[in-house]
Amino acid sequence: MSEQSTESAAVEQPPPVDETARVEAAAAQAAEHLAPGRRFGLPRIREVRNLGLTGVLAALVVVGAVTKPDQFLRLDNLILILTLASIIGVVTVGMTFVIIGGGIDLSVGAIVALATVWATTKATQGYGIGGIVFTALAVGIGCGLINGLLIAYGRMVAFIATIAMLAGARGLAIQISGGHTQTVNAKNQALVDLGYKDSYLLGIPPLVLIFAGVAVVGWILLNRTTFGRHTFAIGGNLEAARLAGIDVRRHTLLLYVLSGLCCGVASVMLVILTSSGASANGNLYELDAIAAVIIGGTLLSGGRGTLFGSVLGVLVFTTISDLFTLNNLSTAAQQIAKGLIIVAAVLVQRRAELAERTSS
Amino acid sequence: MTTGSGVPRRGFLAGASLLGVGALAACTSNADNSGSAAPNNNAQNAANAQPGKNVKVGFAGPQADHGWLNAINLNARNEAKKYSDVNLVITEGSNDAATQASQIDSLINQKVDVLVILPADGKQMTPAGRKAMDAGIPVINLDRIFDSAQSYRTWVGGDNYRMGLNAGNYIAQKLGGKGTVVELAGIDTLELTRQRTQGFDDALANYQGIRKIGRAAAEFNVQTGQARMAELLQAYPQFDALWNHDDDQGIGAMQAIRQAGRSNFLMVGGAGSKTAMDQIKADNTVLKATVLYPPTMAASAIRLARLLGQTKGLGDLAEQEVPASVTLFSAVVTKDNVDKYLPLSFE
Repeated sequence: MSEQSTESAAVEQPPPVDETARVEAAAAQAAEHLAPGRRFGLPRIREVRNLGLTGVLAALVVVGAVTKPDQFLRLDNLILILTLASIIGVVTVGMTFVIIGGGIDLSVGAIVALATVWATTKATQGYGIGGIVFTALAVGIGCGLINGLLIAYGRMVAFIATIAMLAGARGLAIQISGGHTQTVNAKNQALVDLGYKDSYLLGIPPLVLIFAGVAVVGWILLNRTTFGRHTFAIGGNLEAARLAGIDVRRHTLLLYVLSGLCCGVASVMLVILTSSGASANGNLYELDAIAAVIIGGTLLSGGRGTLFGSVLGVLVFTTISDLFTLNNLSTAAQQIAKGLIIVAAVLVQRRAELAERTSS
Repeated sequence: MTTGSGVPRRGFLAGASLLGVGALAACTSNADNSGSAAPNNNAQNAANAQPGKNVKVGFAGPQADHGWLNAINLNARNEAKKYSDVNLVITEGSNDAATQASQIDSLINQKVDVLVILPADGKQMTPAGRKAMDAGIPVINLDRIFDSAQSYRTWVGGDNYRMGLNAGNYIAQKLGGKGTVVELAGIDTLELTRQRTQGFDDALANYQGIRKIGRAAAEFNVQTGQARMAELLQAYPQFDALWNHDDDQGIGAMQAIRQAGRSNFLMVGGAGSKTAMDQIKADNTVLKATVLYPPTMAASAIRLARLLGQTKGLGDLAEQEVPASVTLFSAVVTKDNVDKYLPLSFE
C-alpha cells in the first residue's frame, strides 16, 4: 500500500533532487497516512478481511450445534466461552496495538505470571484487595515500561528485548513464589467472589464486562484518536512518521506500556478466576495472542490491522477449545485443528484481499 | 520545547516511580511459609539411626516450578539436617538436560559419596547417571526413571499407575459400583499422565456399572485447571464423580466448580497438597479424597543414600543391602486419615 502511494506521489510531483525535497515527500506521504479522509477507503477491505474469520467462527458454531446441540447452543456455554476468552482477550488488545505499531511483545505471558504472583504474596495480600489490584497493574506497567525504554530509547530490537523480559519475568515469578501456587486468603475473598454467579450483572460475568470495556476503549483509542493514527503511521513507515513530526520514541514506549497495562488488567482477572497466582500462569500467552492478532487480519510487519479482528481471533480459539472438550476429543487433535485454522484463516484473508484489490 | 517544566516533572515522575518500586519490593515477601518434612519413624531400626561414617551426598533436581518439586527439595534439605553424619551438596535446580548433566559432572568431581538425582528427563539423563556409576559413585535415581538399570544403584519413586488404580477403586467403591465418572488429567505428553489414566481406566473396568464419560487434559497449573474443568462441567451437566490428577491444577478446577455452582458429585484429587488436605479435613467442598504421590520420597532417598554410603542394609528387611528398587504406595487420603498425612503435604 505504502509503495503504491509513493508511486502516485512520484507521478504528481517531480522526483526529489535534494534532501529538503526528500523530507517533504516523506512528510507528505505520512500526512496522507494521517489524513482522516484516507480511512474511508479502508473499511471495505477490513470488512472483507473479518468476513473470512466470521465465517470460520460461524462454521465452528455450526459444528458445535450439530455435534452437541444440547450443550453448545446454551446461554451458559456462550458465557463460558466469553469468560475463558476474556483474559487472553485483554492481553490481545494490547498486543494488537504493539503489532500495528510495528513491534512485537513476546513477554506478555511472563508478565502475567509475574503480576499474578506478585499480587498474591502474603505481603501484598496484607494490603487488601486494593493492594492486590495495584500491585498487578503496577507490575504490568513497570514491565511494559522497561520493555519500552529498552526498545525505544535503548535501540534494542523488540524481539530481543521482550524475549529477555520473558525469561527474566518468568524467572522472577518462580523466585518469588518458590514454585508454590499462592491462593487468595479469606480476607480478600470478596475479590474471588467476583467470579461467582452472585456477582453477575444482568446475567453477565464481571470478567466479560471488563473485557468488553477494554475492547471498546481500545477500539476508540485506535480508531478515533491521534494516538491511534500515530500508531498506524509508525507501523506503516517509521521514517515518514518521524519526519511528519511524531515523537516516535515516546510513542513506541507508550505502546509497550499499554501492552504491559493490559497484562496487569488480565492478571487481576486471572486472580479472580483462579483464586490464586502462580508462576505457571500465562503459559504461551504470547503465542496465543500473536496468533489471534494475525488471524484477525493485522499485518505482522505493522501499519495495518483491526482490533475487531483480534477479538474475533480470540473467540475462534476459545470456541475451538470449548468445542473439543464438549466432544471429548484429545488435546492433540485440538492443537492440529488450531494449526489448520490459522492457515485457513490467513489464506481466506489473502484471497479476499486480492479480490478486493483487483475489483477496485 | 518544554525544557523548563520538563526537568522537574521528570524528576517527580522518577521519584514517584522509585517510591512505587519500593512499595512493590516489600510485596514480594512470602514469609511464614512453614516447610513440610517427613517425621522420624520410630519404627526405624535403632542401630541404623546411630551416627556412623560421614557421608557426602550430592543432590541434583529439576527447577522447582511446581509445588510438588518444591517440596522435594525441602524434604531433601530437612532430612539431611537430621543426621550429623550427612553432608548434603545441593545444586541449583535446572530443567535443561545439558545444565543438569554438567551439574552432575561437578558433583562427581567434588567426590561425593552418593548421588541423588531427580532428572529433568529420565531418558536424557541416563548417560549422566551411568557416568557417576562408572566413577564408583552409587546413584539413587529419584522418581523419573533412567532408561538403563546400569545407570543407578537404587531407584526410589512413586507409582503413577497405582495412583490411577487407587483413585479408580476408591471412586467405584464410594459410588457403590454404579455411576458416571469424569477425569481431569495432567499434561498429556507426559508418560506419567498416560500411566495414571491407564491405572484409572483399569480400575474402573472392574466395575460394570461404572462408566467414564469424559476426559480433558490440563497442564498441571491453576489456569488450565480452571479452564478445562469449566468446559467439562458444561459438557456434562450430570456426573457422579471426578478424578483430578493434580492438586495444584485442582485449585483452578475447584474455582470452576464453585463458579458453575455445582456440588452434586464426588471429587478425588491427586499428589496431596496442603490446600487439598485442608479441604478434605474441613469436608465442606466436593473434594473428599486425594491420592498421594508423596514428595517425602526425597527424604527417603537421603536416608537410603546415607545407608548406602555407610554400607548398611534397611533395618526392617532381612537383606544385607539397600534394595535396588523402592516403589512407594499411593495412599488414598480421606477425612478419616487426613491428620496422619497433613504434615507430609506440600504447599
